[in-house]
Amino acid sequence: MAKIPTPEEVSNISFQPPAKGWMDTKPEFKEGCYCNAASPKWVEWLEYPFPRNWSVRDADWKLPPNWKEIILEGFEDRLGRFRTLKLFMDICVRCGACSDKCQFFIGSGDPKNMPVLRAELMRSIYRRYFTTAGKVLGKLAGARPLTEDVIKEWYYYLYQCSECRRCSVFCPYGIDMADLTILGREMLSSIGLNIEWTMASVGSCYETVGHIGATPQAYKDMIDFFAEENERVTGIYTNVTYNRKGAEILFIVPSGDYFADPGTFNYMGYLLLFEYLGLDYTISTYAAEGGNFGYFMSHEMGKRLNAKFYEEAKRLGVKWILGGECGHMWRVCNQYMSTWNGPADFLEEPVSPITGTKFENAKNHKMVHISEFTADLIKHGKLKLDPSRNAHIKLTYHDSCNPSRGMGLFEEPRYIIKNVVPEGNFIEMPPNTIREKTFCCGSGSGFNGDEYLEMRFRGGFPRANAVRYVRDKYGVNHLACICAIDRAVFPPLMDYWVPGMDVIGVSEMVGNALVFPNEMERTTDLRDRPLVGYEEAEEEEGGETE
Amino acid sequence: MKLIDFLREHEAAIVQRWCDLIFGTYAPETVQFLKRVKNRFDNPVAYQTNEGVKGLYRALIDDMEADQLNNCLDEIIRIRAIQDFSAAQAVAFIFLIKNVVREQLREHFKGEVRIDQFSQELFDFDCRIDGLALLGFNVYMNRREKLHKIRLEEVKSKVSGLLRKTGMSIDYH
Repeated sequence: MAKIPTPEEVSNISFQPPAKGWMDTKPEFKEGCYCNAASPKWVEWLEYPFPRNWSVRDADWKLPPNWKEIILEGFEDRLGRFRTLKLFMDICVRCGACSDKCQFFIGSGDPKNMPVLRAELMRSIYRRYFTTAGKVLGKLAGARPLTEDVIKEWYYYLYQCSECRRCSVFCPYGIDMADLTILGREMLSSIGLNIEWTMASVGSCYETVGHIGATPQAYKDMIDFFAEENERVTGIYTNVTYNRKGAEILFIVPSGDYFADPGTFNYMGYLLLFEYLGLDYTISTYAAEGGNFGYFMSHEMGKRLNAKFYEEAKRLGVKWILGGECGHMWRVCNQYMSTWNGPADFLEEPVSPITGTKFENAKNHKMVHISEFTADLIKHGKLKLDPSRNAHIKLTYHDSCNPSRGMGLFEEPRYIIKNVVPEGNFIEMPPNTIREKTFCCGSGSGFNGDEYLEMRFRGGFPRANAVRYVRDKYGVNHLACICAIDRAVFPPLMDYWVPGMDVIGVSEMVGNALVFPNEMERTTDLRDRPLVGYEEAEEEEGGETE
Repeated sequence: MKLIDFLREHEAAIVQRWCDLIFGTYAPETVQFLKRVKNRFDNPVAYQTNEGVKGLYRALIDDMEADQLNNCLDEIIRIRAIQDFSAAQAVAFIFLIKNVVREQLREHFKGEVRIDQFSQELFDFDCRIDGLALLGFNVYMNRREKLHKIRLEEVKSKVSGLLRKTGMSIDYH
């Protein structure tokens, strides 16, 4: 007869240190908490090693026979090539400053998501095979042998680090867990362990215009639709040119802004701004993906996808590149693009054709962020803005991890927001949750697959918690951000933790507020929602059509 | 002394112990964090659990509107519904209060008074806890159903721009 457990037994309460050490605790792959394995067709298409059908839930991951040699040789190779890896393996003093800073630890309560312990998953292997103490003393020196279980543990936890770098802000040595995650994922990929969400996006981007696998025709069709929508809502047709040689500026955005709401409204905002300025720009159907999921699996793949930017800029003969609101795209462009695919000596140092401002920060990689560009326009009084058109939007601003911690972009988006919404409509979240200390959305670095929802909601909980605070205290009803992954993943995250919170891009609000000469009276925003003061007119109109 | 008076008088200690037991359902390293870090934004699991427990205790010793009661349950269960807990583990914390109260009674009276004298009141109190647990199952199910609805919505919203273009109606919330 089965023994019926007491509630205490069911709860498994224990304040005692675990009987087993962390090395002996194996991860349990529960549905909703792991990323699916990549299908072989993408691995083959990208010419990555060991394409095969395998499943995370299977005991046998069908690793290649020499998987151990591949990992150890790969580790050694990377220790030689990446000084960061060598340093980060050696210099951690276990001070614990990072331990409670990762949102995946905070939200899941799983100690192996403490950055110090997540890094230890790799360090223990480093010690065993690359240090004398580890070789001699083994477990006593924090070393352990490389086994299939270790590989499974890497897979589980390196795909629970969203490469957001929050922990590195608190580390006195600046140890960057994201760098370790990137290199660890590369090693996993070298034995054919990739995740479907990333691999399918990368494969699609390698073959067509972007991550979602659209054809150039479908892409053009979509953007033409935004131009038509702009005309319908604002009366202004926003002219777009594609692949136009000789344009001054090449404009690149992440695919999230042209295929999924609410990013699409942001795209309408971009087009309105450029039309207002009469900007000499073009959109490419080749360099049509700002995001770079290749960067989430290996440096090599990141470089391969990023190459489209400069190749296209050169082919079209533009002077510089303007980029839309994306997160990791900016980490890639600011920190990697010049070394990967530069020097971009065929481009010019970016200068705003409207204000004459030289973007000296972009001197090297020749690419300017739309928020820098727009903030500069506002600062020089080049935009006529009517904040009352955003009066229905009471918002808080989420600093997306990569633009904030990766490039220090804190002030520009806030400056724009303050100029496009009425005074008092912008409320900051508490200081320990914004700017360089911002919490991740919980879905960066290839986590936005629907199979991963529970884990994403754990990682996103600290962010949602701060949003809830400003909703409850100040009546905030919109969460603004400058990242396409944010715009894709916040709506479901908010729906679970903070219902009633809309998600909005900064450029969408610019589009709402821009006052064109001789424009028609606007009664709605870009989403067809009535402006403050026009609610009744909308209702009446709605009533007539019913 | 009536049990209800005891429960009111020892509210802080009972709530604290109940909360600690809930924290004890996490890994030992995590328990330290949950107990140590007091800032509600740095430690939202502990804060929200604490707030929920306070509310539930008030509901047990006084009456509470159904909505408010469900909200208190939801504060805790919506976290546990997406963490590494089975359905039973996600709601088992509700029953833990039974032993907490008995522990506190034993500790307070230290044999001077037999706990048996509260037996009828304890039975009534336990019934309220059982009722609370049943409501907890509802909250848990609502959260899991919500999760699956969100998953469905997410799949739709991935192509929402395209659907909007083709004239098909879709919410972008």
